[in-house]
Amino acid sequence: MDHSSLAGRIFRGVALALVLVFFMFPIVWILMMSFQTNEQILRIPPRILFEPTLANYQALISGHLRTTAGNLEISFMRNLMNSFVLSSAAVLLALLLGVPAAYAFARFKFRLGESIAFTLLSFRFAPPLLVLLPLSLYYQQLGLNDTYFGIVWVYQLIALPLILWIVRGYFEDISPDIEHAYRLAGHSWREAFTRIAVPLAGPGIAAAGLLSFIFCWNNFVFALILASADKQPVTVGALAFVTASGIQYGQIAAAIVLSVTPTLLLALYAQRYLVEGLSLGAVKG
Amino acid sequence: MSMVQLLQTNALPRRTTRLRGRMLPYLLSLPALLVCIAILVPFVTAAVYSLQRYRLNLPYLRGFIGVDNYIDFLSDPAFWNTLRISLVYTALTVVLELLLGLGIALLLRRPTRVHNAVSIVLLLPLMTAPAIAALMWKLMTNPSFGILSYLVSLFGVHDFKWASDPSSALFTVVLVDVWVYTPFIMILLLAGLRSLPRQPFEAAALDGVPASFVFFRITLPMLAPYIITASLFRLLDSIQQFDIIYAMTQGGPGDRLMVFQVQAYLEFFQYTNVGRSAALLMILWLITNILSNIFIKNWLRLRARAHGHA
Repeated sequence: MDHSSLAGRIFRGVALALVLVFFMFPIVWILMMSFQTNEQILRIPPRILFEPTLANYQALISGHLRTTAGNLEISFMRNLMNSFVLSSAAVLLALLLGVPAAYAFARFKFRLGESIAFTLLSFRFAPPLLVLLPLSLYYQQLGLNDTYFGIVWVYQLIALPLILWIVRGYFEDISPDIEHAYRLAGHSWREAFTRIAVPLAGPGIAAAGLLSFIFCWNNFVFALILASADKQPVTVGALAFVTASGIQYGQIAAAIVLSVTPTLLLALYAQRYLVEGLSLGAVKG
Repeated sequence: MSMVQLLQTNALPRRTTRLRGRMLPYLLSLPALLVCIAILVPFVTAAVYSLQRYRLNLPYLRGFIGVDNYIDFLSDPAFWNTLRISLVYTALTVVLELLLGLGIALLLRRPTRVHNAVSIVLLLPLMTAPAIAALMWKLMTNPSFGILSYLVSLFGVHDFKWASDPSSALFTVVLVDVWVYTPFIMILLLAGLRSLPRQPFEAAALDGVPASFVFFRITLPMLAPYIITASLFRLLDSIQQFDIIYAMTQGGPGDRLMVFQVQAYLEFFQYTNVGRSAALLMILWLITNILSNIFIKNWLRLRARAHGHA
């Protein structure tokens, strides 16, 4: 199909190289910065070769930052832990609530199911602040903004629609005949659901779970508005850290690297699932 | 996530299993229903706020004022600035990401090992938190040591201020948006390209049809539903962009990047004007609804044509 000339092949090679440089350079450069001292970072022209230091990471992990203006206590590790706790709890809860609902949507025709699916989808496209600003007033009254539960609860707005839509598609792809046969053998619907349907939809559930973990982790605005300082995840924490530390560029780079490493590793590990999850529905025509 | 599924649910054959009660599906979807209600309550609250004079610092002045908040926007230059910047930002990002994403998808079309590796690596920007991505670019565009500032200085452009100069701020945040989200379009279009039937292309190759004709008359029309779907997702996200702009400049310099959600955020937290903030967000919600309706209509038409029902 593709009979390219030499010029065509050179053009494609160059274009591919440019694409790689544009999309990879920022990640590589920040990674390099995170191993440099402030003096090395401020040097002009910048050098590709330098003596790496772990001081930035040590400062972040110990929580003591020595700056020219004095010592600064930082809680970046706490932000990192918050991100893990909030995202994992949110995804677990969403799977617990979402997988049975996705099954119901796929197997039973009922009007409420369609209404829920439509409502969730239309709110996927509504401005998040529309919901978050009134919620912030409620949360203050209820004292929820200082709890993990409050944040995990609103993260359901991210995770649950994703899980419902992706997992529903997988359940619909599985023929109900297998479950019928299993039930005719005298098993309850609950057994058919847990022993047949869920294992068969396993890859879809994994894809949906991973994607929602990444989206919860990467979310910024929910926690910015609802979480108190000590429940904030890395996305909000990193911004606060930039403001607080000012010119400690090496540490800022290290904080960025620590914030993105978990999701990037997950993405690389599960790339096949992710592409499936992202393109499912949009592409499944 | 899935516009396509939504649109095809009616066509899906579904069998109901014999169940002890009819309540089972309702019980199973109860949690999802609760979440829906949990969204709807604050949503309705916001709609009500938008019809009130409601300032957090002046609670005793609170009261129903009808559509006054909306009418005030008509004569408010700040509102028109917000509308303009949001639309320009959206148009720029969607068009650039679409062109770039389509180009990259075409480059990676053949499923060779190198191409697959590149497409995996391109997932990384998409999986970076947009707020963090903005911080990365902020470090790279720092006027004193940023590598990009240094690189443009090699080309004779000194003192390029990136996001802190009103004339280049929009360009800078658009650049970050393109960096993060182009891979999304690329992934969808690549999946689309690879799923196209081969026969039309083989026939065209046999007949010696020129490549440009193949591209404009075969590839693009067949890819159209994917292009529309991908742009719809980007369009609706882009007009609501908050993370990148807030993390980069908080809407500045001045009011240069005051898109809807950033303006509404500041209106709420800085000026404590809840009513105005809610009205702004209601207008944004209306715009997204109109846009998505236009797109879904076009999408359905194209889909019908692609399936030969037109």
